[in-house]
Amino acid sequence: MRRGRARVPAAVLLIAPSLVVMTALFAWPLVVGVGQAFSGPDGPTLAYARRMLDDPYFWPAVRNTALLVVVLIPIQFAFALTMALLLRERPRFAGAHFYVWVVPLAISDLAAGLVWLSVFADRGYLNSVLEHVGAGGYAWLSYENTTTMFLAVVVAELWRSTSLVLVIVVAGLQGVPKDYDEAASVFGATYWQRLRHVVLPQLRPSLQVALILRTILALETFAVAQALTGRSLPLLVGETYQWYNVLQNPNVATAIALVVLAVSMLAAVGYLRLLRDRTVTR
Amino acid sequence: MSRRRRWHRAAVQAACVAITLFMGVPIYLIALAALSSRESLNRFPLPLLPTDPSTETMSTFLSSTGVTGGFLNSLTVGLGTVALALLVGVPGGYAVARYAFRGRDTYQLFLLLTRALPIVVLSVPLARVFLDTGLYDTTYAVMLLHTALALPTTVLITAAIFVGVPHEQEEAAMIFGASPPQAFLRVVAPQALPGIAAAAMFAFMLSWNEVLGATVLTLNQRTLPAQVLTTLADSPLAYRFAGGLALVLPALVFIAVMRRYLLNMWGTTLR
Repeated sequence: MRRGRARVPAAVLLIAPSLVVMTALFAWPLVVGVGQAFSGPDGPTLAYARRMLDDPYFWPAVRNTALLVVVLIPIQFAFALTMALLLRERPRFAGAHFYVWVVPLAISDLAAGLVWLSVFADRGYLNSVLEHVGAGGYAWLSYENTTTMFLAVVVAELWRSTSLVLVIVVAGLQGVPKDYDEAASVFGATYWQRLRHVVLPQLRPSLQVALILRTILALETFAVAQALTGRSLPLLVGETYQWYNVLQNPNVATAIALVVLAVSMLAAVGYLRLLRDRTVTR
Repeated sequence: MSRRRRWHRAAVQAACVAITLFMGVPIYLIALAALSSRESLNRFPLPLLPTDPSTETMSTFLSSTGVTGGFLNSLTVGLGTVALALLVGVPGGYAVARYAFRGRDTYQLFLLLTRALPIVVLSVPLARVFLDTGLYDTTYAVMLLHTALALPTTVLITAAIFVGVPHEQEEAAMIFGASPPQAFLRVVAPQALPGIAAAAMFAFMLSWNEVLGATVLTLNQRTLPAQVLTTLADSPLAYRFAGGLALVLPALVFIAVMRRYLLNMWGTTLR
C-alpha cells in the first residue's frame, strides 16, 4: 500500500472487501470450473468435452440457442424502440402504460414461463379462445410442433425481457436534447429521417450496452423454455441443468457452461469491435 | 388541431393500448388461472372471466411439501443477500464516488465484466467448492452466490447516489469536528438512504428471482423458485399456475414501489 498519497489507503480499504468477495466468488469458481471440465481422476483429459460433443442433445441445444438469439434480439429491439418512441409522443395515461410495460423487469424467467404456460397449454387460454370462436385448438407445445414450441418461447421471452431494453432506451432518450430533433424538423426532415439521422445515432451508446447485455442474457435462456417445453426444446443452459441435476455429472455440466461463457465473451467482444469500427470510419 | 394530427394522436393511443394489452393480459390470465377452483380449471374451454373465484388452487399449492419452506428460504436468502451486498458494496460505491484513486477505472471495468459472466459458469464449480467447505445445501451458499451477483450493481448504484450528495456538506461537518465515519453517518447516510433502499430492493429482487444457481447449490434447502422448478415435471397444471402467480405477485409490488428509481437504476447506472 502506498503511503505517499493520503487518499489512496482510504479508497483501497473501502474497495478491498468487494474485491475479496468478487475474487472469491467469481475468479475462484472459474478456475475450479476449468479444472472440473478438463481434468479427470488421471490428470488432464478431453473425455468430458468429447462426451458433451457426442451427446445427441448438444448440437440441437447449440442450434436452438443460436436461433433464439438471432430471432429474438432484432424483434425485441424493434419492439422496445417502438415503445420508447410511443412514450415520447406523450400519450394519455403514459404513466400507467409505462408501469405495465416495465412490470416484467421484476418477473423471473421461471415465472414468465409459467405465465405463458397458462396461455399455450393444450387446455390453456389461447386454445380456449380459439374454441370460443369456433376455430378448434392446436397443440402449441407438443413435441411434434417444434416451430410453435420455439415461437412460444420467443413470445414469452419477448414479453419478459423487452422491458430491460425499454428502460435503457427510455433513459437514453432522456439524454437526447429535443433541440436537435426540432432543428431537423424546421429544416424539413421527415419523421423517419429524424429518427434515422438524429435520434438513433445519439442512442447508439445505450443501444450498444443493451445489445451486449441482452445477447449475453439470451444465451442464458433457460427457465422459460423449461417451464414451457421441458427438455423438448433443448437449450445450452438447460442442458447444463440436465447434466448436473438429472444425470449428476458436474464435469460435463461445467464443460457446457464454459461453452456458454466462451460464446458470451465472443459476442461481447464482437459487438464492441463492430460498433467501434463503425465510429472510426465515420 | 388538424385532422392529420388528430389521426396521429389516435394511432399513438391505439398502439399504446395494444402493447399494454399484450403486456398486461398474461398477468390477468395467470391470476385468473391461479384463483380458479380445480374443477373449473379442468373445464374446457376455460372461462375467460372470473366466474367462479376460489382460493382452492392457491391454498393447495401453499400447503404442498416444500413450498412454505421454500418461501422461508427465499426470504432468508433475500434478506441475507441484501445485508451482505450492502455491507460490502456501499463502501465500494462510496470510494468510487468520492476518491480519485489509481485503478478506479479498472475497478469499475472489473465490476462490469463480472456482470457478463453467465450464472451457470459460476454455480456448478461453486457447488464443488461449497461441497468441499461444507456449505453445500445451506441458505448461506445461495446467499453468497446471490451476493456476488448483486454486488456489481450495488456498487454502481450506490456510487451514483453518493455522487449526488454534495461533498461540501461532508467537509463542513468535518471542519466542525466530526471524524470521517461520523460525517458519513450523520450527513451523507441520511441523504443517501432512499437510494440505498432502492439498491437493497434491487438486490432482494435479484435474489428472489434467481432460479438456476439456487437449484444447483441446494438439495433440501430449496428457495421458492428452485422448489417450483425441480417439481415442475411431476406436478399438475394447477400447481404450476399457482406457483406462477406466487412468483409474479412480488414483482407487481416491487415495480410499483420502485417506479421512481427504475430509469436511474436500469437505464443509466447500469450501463
